[in-house]
Amino acid sequence: MPEPASKPYGILAEFTTAASILHAAGKVRQAGFRHWDVFTPFPVHGLDKAMGLGNSKVGWFAFLGGVAGYTTGMLMIWYMNTLDYPIVIGGKPMFSPFSAFPPSYELTILFGAFGSLFGMLFLNRLPRLHHPLLKNKRFSLVTHDRFFIAIEADDPKYSETETRKLLEEAGSRHIEVVEE
Amino acid sequence: MAVQTSVLEVARPGPGGVVNVPEPPPELERAPLVANNRSFGWLSNRVASLSEDAAPVWWWILFIPSVLALAMLFLMMSYQISTGVGVWGNMHPVMWAWDIVNFVWWIGIGHAGTLISAILFLLRQRWRTAVNRAAEAMTIFAVMCAGIYPLLHVGRAWYDWWLLPLPNSNSIWPQFRSPLMWDVFAVSTYFTVSVLFWYMGLIPDLAVLRDRAKSRVRQFLYGLFALGWTGSNRHWSNYEKAYLILAGLSTPLVLSVHSIVSLDFSVSQLPGWHTTIFPPYFVAGAVFSGFGMVLTLLIPLRSMFKLQDIITMRHIDVMCKVTLLTGSIVGYAYLMEFFIAWYSGNPNERFHFENRALGPYQWAWLFMVSCNVLIPQLFWFKRLRQNLVVVFIISILVNVGMWFERFVIIVVSLHRDFIPSNWGYYRPTWVDICTYIGTFGLFFTMFLLFIRFLPLIAVSEVKGVTPQADPHHPLGGAKEGVHHA
Repeated sequence: MPEPASKPYGILAEFTTAASILHAAGKVRQAGFRHWDVFTPFPVHGLDKAMGLGNSKVGWFAFLGGVAGYTTGMLMIWYMNTLDYPIVIGGKPMFSPFSAFPPSYELTILFGAFGSLFGMLFLNRLPRLHHPLLKNKRFSLVTHDRFFIAIEADDPKYSETETRKLLEEAGSRHIEVVEE
Repeated sequence: MAVQTSVLEVARPGPGGVVNVPEPPPELERAPLVANNRSFGWLSNRVASLSEDAAPVWWWILFIPSVLALAMLFLMMSYQISTGVGVWGNMHPVMWAWDIVNFVWWIGIGHAGTLISAILFLLRQRWRTAVNRAAEAMTIFAVMCAGIYPLLHVGRAWYDWWLLPLPNSNSIWPQFRSPLMWDVFAVSTYFTVSVLFWYMGLIPDLAVLRDRAKSRVRQFLYGLFALGWTGSNRHWSNYEKAYLILAGLSTPLVLSVHSIVSLDFSVSQLPGWHTTIFPPYFVAGAVFSGFGMVLTLLIPLRSMFKLQDIITMRHIDVMCKVTLLTGSIVGYAYLMEFFIAWYSGNPNERFHFENRALGPYQWAWLFMVSCNVLIPQLFWFKRLRQNLVVVFIISILVNVGMWFERFVIIVVSLHRDFIPSNWGYYRPTWVDICTYIGTFGLFFTMFLLFIRFLPLIAVSEVKGVTPQADPHHPLGGAKEGVHHA
């Protein structure tokens, strides 16, 4: 039995197939929950739509990274070879957008890649090495072959009995309350 | 019982509004990506066991010589740095030789990894999931081997920091009108982005290893690098978008890297180098050699690690076809170089190509043409694509041929330039040879450590391409009549 002082994190329901998790996710969303999530070993096709998730915002981070990279490249080369220490090399112009393009192009990609990786981590609030679910024995199967739905206790619609019933009806065979 | 309908006939809704789509005939059915209908759990167990079980004997048999060769690389580097670049065979008129040959060769090998991970992802080639992790690792290690050479061949390695956009001791900045400076940015970006892409793909698979870990050390280390991944679908949603963007960024990157490497040559005025065909020709050659190396590595690995159900004969078959295609593009480029040399009417250009095919380095040219153009044509035959011994031998010959291609382009172009009094004949020294063998030590040490400690197969991605991952497939749990909007 859990100690009375410990606060529940939420309710965790296990599913065994991709179809059942997709079906259950639709049910939970229809019931109007807001603080809940689905956990799968791989991205399940159609789950974003079933959960009502919009388009991910990672693209903005990558775009801003790319713009910053190109601008940095062009300004850096112009400053170094034109303004700060101009040297004539083979009669070539001090600055040309053509010869400055290849390094700027590479920096566009480099900063864009950093933007997308770190943007993804930022949006996901990762790294987060302590998570109530990661302490749960059963939940470790999420990276193996099981699918889970967790509904958090701080959801306004959360009720230990009603929510459990909903998840049972959605087809879960194993439901447990996870402590914080 | 409905009358057997042709596949070409339009399927009409039957009773109850259900559309009956006739099954395609079995001979048109594609081989499944994971053979024998393996379950998610089987895939995790199979791949994780490679790093959980004790190292097999063959692993040690390969690892020990690799480490010894790596030690030799460090010895050779120390000798070269402390004595000078004269320990190599580079000598007037061939001032770029094995150093740049090996640089271009290694970096070319790297290209298959990014092609598989990025371009095939954008083209929705789902078979890539079985091989992309190993190919990306190969890329990173090959670029490491490549990077050693430019840093050493400057002669005074302690001035390598002059390549960075920092003012040197005379307050002079790097000179960005030179393609060599572009190369610095291309190669370092390529390495960094390849590592980012590889690591991002590893995060869910590191979580697989974390959740199975028995020892505290494994739990801690895999847990640390998995960054607390839970498989949350809200996370997967951002993750998949970030993966798509990284693939979209890596595609122009991989095309630009070998293009910029080729500009190191084609921006100069030397016959044999000063050619507009170089960028696409180098990229095709790079992909060709990279697929050669992927096949060389994966054919033994799949049988030693019993991965035949994940890396199936279908995977080998498609990789042979890519090798055949890119080898033929390279063959076209060889022909076109000769045609343009003749058609241009430029006597220096004509002389160079006569010298390439008939001069003192004819043997290198023959190696190049036979290994790169003629031998891969055997892949037109399905029986040979299915014979692993043949595929393995050809995959090695591909990289022998590509090494000679770089040798021909670099050394043969330099050894006889405009004035006959300037001519010479290049020979490598023992230091050249031992340094080259040493880079194999670095490559195989890294690769063997990788297959022991990290998931060799992108488990989470492979799970995603099985039929049971599809919620609308009967194996994914879909019942008849159930439809999800």
